Parts: sequence; structure tokens; C-alpha cells
Amino acid sequence: MTEKLKGIAASDGIASAKAYMLVQPDLSFSETAIDDPEAEIKRLGKAVDEAKAELKIIKEKAKANLGADEAEVFEAHLTILSDPELIGNIEKKIKADKTNAEKALKDVTDTFIAMFEGMTDNAYMQERAGDVRDVTKRVMSHLLGVTLPNPALIDEEVVIVAHDLTPSDTAQLDRKFVKGFITDIGGRTSHSAIMSRTLEIPAIVGSGNATTTIKEGQEVVIDGSAGIALVDPSAAELKEYKEKAAAFARQKAEWKQLKDAKSVSADGKQFILGANIGTPKDVEGANDNGAEAVGLFRSEFLYMDASELPSEDDQFKAYKQAVEGMNGKQVVVRTMDIGGDKKLPYLPLPEEMNPFLGYRAIRISLNKQDIFRTQLRALLRASHYGRLAIMFPMIATVKEFKAAKAIYEEEKAKLVAAKTPVADDIEVGMMMEIPAAAMIADKLAKYSDFFSIGTNDLIQYSMAADRGNERVSYLYQPYNPSILRLIKNIIDSSHAEGKWTGMCGEMAGDQIAVPLLAGLGLDEFSMSATSILKTRSLMKKLDTTKMSELAQKAVTDCETTEEVVELVKKYTK
Amino acid sequence: MEKKEFHIIAETGIHARPATLLVQAASKYNSDVTLSYNGKSVNLKSIMGVMSLGVGQNADVTIAADGADEADAVAAIADTMKKEGLAE
Repeated sequence: MTEKLKGIAASDGIASAKAYMLVQPDLSFSETAIDDPEAEIKRLGKAVDEAKAELKIIKEKAKANLGADEAEVFEAHLTILSDPELIGNIEKKIKADKTNAEKALKDVTDTFIAMFEGMTDNAYMQERAGDVRDVTKRVMSHLLGVTLPNPALIDEEVVIVAHDLTPSDTAQLDRKFVKGFITDIGGRTSHSAIMSRTLEIPAIVGSGNATTTIKEGQEVVIDGSAGIALVDPSAAELKEYKEKAAAFARQKAEWKQLKDAKSVSADGKQFILGANIGTPKDVEGANDNGAEAVGLFRSEFLYMDASELPSEDDQFKAYKQAVEGMNGKQVVVRTMDIGGDKKLPYLPLPEEMNPFLGYRAIRISLNKQDIFRTQLRALLRASHYGRLAIMFPMIATVKEFKAAKAIYEEEKAKLVAAKTPVADDIEVGMMMEIPAAAMIADKLAKYSDFFSIGTNDLIQYSMAADRGNERVSYLYQPYNPSILRLIKNIIDSSHAEGKWTGMCGEMAGDQIAVPLLAGLGLDEFSMSATSILKTRSLMKKLDTTKMSELAQKAVTDCETTEEVVELVKKYTK
Repeated sequence: MEKKEFHIIAETGIHARPATLLVQAASKYNSDVTLSYNGKSVNLKSIMGVMSLGVGQNADVTIAADGADEADAVAAIADTMKKEGLAE
């Protein structure tokens, strides 16, 4: 019998392949007294040898499939497993305590992990704790006779089934074999979902029980557009989905034709459709999908991918590469947005009760000005090589914006005095993601060159509902009239000052939201690159006069999200 | 016993790749090889030992080898130090 799973549609498309369970096995053990330490040491030696042999294979595979950089971590693991101090200490412990290898392994490695984690002034060493943990798991699995999932060894087409996918999990995946994935937890904006859209693989997140329902090797169909997975589908179902997949491929090919077209509504009004990127490497995907700008370059990835604060030169190179890659099209870089759920191992921040309401983004930048000034200098220098714009995240007050802008002006003046080439038309704007700022958009518009609405935060702060908390996820309501009124106020305020407003949240590529936003007069829509062509195709069918009427009704007449959705459907039929 | 002192010039000290390479170089020899810094000595064939010392820039460290191939071991380690830009 076919089993059906429902989750959140994270990335469009349809895939079918055998399930690969990326699930950690149970590595618990009991402590036992032993009377033959020599035999126990031999048992340990065998497990270590097996772990090494396995690591060597994984390393070679990873090198061939993923590249030398990704393979390096396995070389590090091998070095740890060959460490005479580590192995020697475990052997000593087995002899001295007459305890089993599992217990001795755990005790000794725990000591090393604690030591590395304690080196709080050295992020590199702290990360090594993770290596020791990984190596311990591998040896433990051989002692216990269970198998660890080794995603680097996948060599056939699979659908990945996991509780959640972290960046380190995905680094080990060979994209050519991963046809789709489904996870137990996560939402449309979690790492796994964003990654699936970047890689253009169909995905479902937040299914609740994929890892307990699906078994290794079962055939799984992923419908990433509907958020539905079928386990062990019948021949008829499989056929139906093959046809759907073919239709989706045709649709995609049709959208591709719009790659070099302008983004114009049915009545000829022009919009800008941009891409959100995390690193300069993503510029390629943005161009392939016909982006007319980069509406959001999340500069925090430069910080999160490094083991220490990125230098001015490293940042300069990244920003320069991005603006050059976009070839004269605007690239809006958001200054460091750290804090909340994004942490840096080398920049310890105080533990807070409410990190999303705490010390984050521009609040850190204004406080730790050396970090902020380094970033601004890198940005200013890169501005010479293309069309760069800068925006500050999490601005709540006019005073904050003025303070950030003043620091920017100081660094700019210093560079100009030193005869460093700097563009003279850099737009400096701000994110609109705090309701308080949205309410005084008319005041902020006097100083800010543009606004960029960050919908995920704007919605979570307006509704006072944590977007990661599944119990209150029903309050994530982008079309609620309350949110639409805030958005309208932001857009109208910017236009009154002759400025423009963009949107760089998930909502900008949402097929229900686009007609409303076009009607509200949004100028720029920035989204996952893979949503651009679909949105451009939708745009062509919209009449802006009609959409203005729709938006006006939604803002003034509607009481609920449901009413707004009904209205949009009526207007776009 | 063969000994040699080094002044570490690398900005990040002995960590990451250079540490691994030093351990690999030392492990090729039968002699016992130690790395001493700040009054502490560790087995230079142990990556965990070397990393636990946390040797930073401008540190003065001593390498000592004891065994039949001690001279070769110290020479090979000095060579790695130089090649990796750890010390002059």
C-alpha cells in the first residue's frame, strides 16, 4: 500500500528514487567490567582499523566527487585516528579500569573534546572538538557493529530522508545523485529549504515523521510543489507522477525562454526581478535565471564560512567578484546580520533570553565599530567595479540609521582622501523588518535612499510569533491585512520622497503575494534565483490597474488572510 | 638526543594544515620526538598533543628527538617548518 506523507513544499519539482536514510544509528552502550584487557584492546584495535579503512574509501570518493577541500576533513579524521596519544590513552584506560572499549573510548575522547571546547579564544581549536566527536562516533559504530550513514559514498540516484539537513551534511552530498529530499522538521525558510531551491532539487520539509515512516531503499516520490511524498507508490501512481514531472520540465523550459526578457506587466509597467545570494558564487545561478539585480547579498555568509573575522581584503574580493559578475546590474549588499539564530564561533555573544529581540545585526555593528568599519571600507572599495548598494539590517529608529550612515560617510571620506577609487553614486538604504520602522517610514524615507522589506522578520515581529516555533506557525500570515497595511505604508512613504522599495523575503516570489505587491506599487522583487522566471511569467499576465484595485480592497475591506487569498484568486482568474 | 629551537613567525601559529604536516614528518622516524613550549612537552607524533599546546605567533619552541635516527628527524622537521612558513 502506498503511504502518503504531507509536509511543507520547500522546492518545486517532482522526483522519484530509492530512499537513503540519513539517520544517525543508536550509539548508546552499557559499561561492563572485563577480565581480559588484552582481548579488549585487540577489539578496540580492530574497530580503529575498520574505521580507518572506511575513512580512506570515503576520502577517495569525496575527493573524486566533491573536490579536495571537502575531502580534507576526512584526512583530518584519519590523522586523529593515528594519534598515538589518543589510542594509547584509551588502551591505558582499558587496562587500568578493566572496563570495556566503548566506555574507555568515550571517557578519553570526552576529555579531549572538553579541552578543545575550552579554548574559547581560538575558534579553530573549538571546531576540532567536532572532529574528535565524529571520529569517536565512527569507532563506536564499529565497536557496536552498527553502520553510520556515509552520504559521501552514495553512488546511485536517491531521495534523502533525514530529520534535518545541516550545512555539514549537505557538503558531503554529491548533487548528481541526490534527486530530492524530505525532512522531519524545518520550514520554508530553514537552511535545508533554501539550499534545495539553490540546488534546484524538489524538496519537502517539516513532514513530521519521514524518518520513522520511510525505510531504507523504498521507492519514494517527492512532489516538491505540493509538499506531498508517496512511499512505495503503485505503478499507476508512478506513471501519474512521471507525467507530472514531464509537464513540470516543459513548464520550466517555457519559463527559460523569458531569461533575457524584461519583467513587464500586461499593461506595460516595468518591474525589477532580482535574486537573493549568499556568496559571489551564487551570481552564476542569478544570471542563469535572468536576474535583473541582486536585491539581497547576505554578507553574513562571508563571516559564517570563515574561522575568524574576514579581513577587509577578503571581503573586498568577494564584493568585487559579485558586482563584476552582475555586469553593471545593481547588487544590494546587506551589512553583517549576525545574532538571532546566526552565530559566529569566533565572536562570542552573550547568551540572551530572546536572541531575535536582542543584540543582533546593526545593533552589533554600531557597538563593535571596528568590524563595521572594516566591512564598509571593503564595500566602498568594491563599489568602483560595478553598481553596488548598501543596506543596514534591523534599523528601528531614525537615530540608528543616521548613526550608521555617519560611520559610512566617515569611511568614505577617508578613502577618498587617500585617493582610493570609490563610486560616487552608491545608494545607501535600509531593511524594513521592524514594525516600529515601518510606522515611521515617512521619516526614514528622508534619509534612506531605498527600503528593502524583509518579510520573514517583519511578519514574525508584527505577529509576535517565532517563525521557528511550529506551535505558532499558523501566525506566519504574509497576506494578513495587517502585514499588507505595513507594506503599503512603507512603499507609499518611499514614493512620496522619490525613493524606491524592494522586497527581499520569501514573499517576493510567492504567487499569491506578487499580484498584491504589484498592486501596492512595489518596485523590486528579490527572491531565490529559481523563482524569478516563474514570477516573470506571472507578471506578464497581470494588469496593474486591476491589481491596484485588488490591493486597495485587500487593505481596506478584508478582515482575514483567507479573505485576501480568495480575493487574489478572483482577480487573477 | 638532538635538539633545535624555533621562533614561530606564522601569523596563525602552529595549527591546521602545518600541524598535521609536522606530525606526519615526525611519524616517519623511530625516535621519540617531543615539542616543548611554555614549560610543557608533548609527543610530536600526536596531532591532539600538538594542537593542545596552542602555539601562537612569536612563540619559541624546542623540538627534541631521541633515538637512532634523531638527527634525521630533527632535520626533516626543520625542513617542514621552513617550507610551511612556520619558522625561518
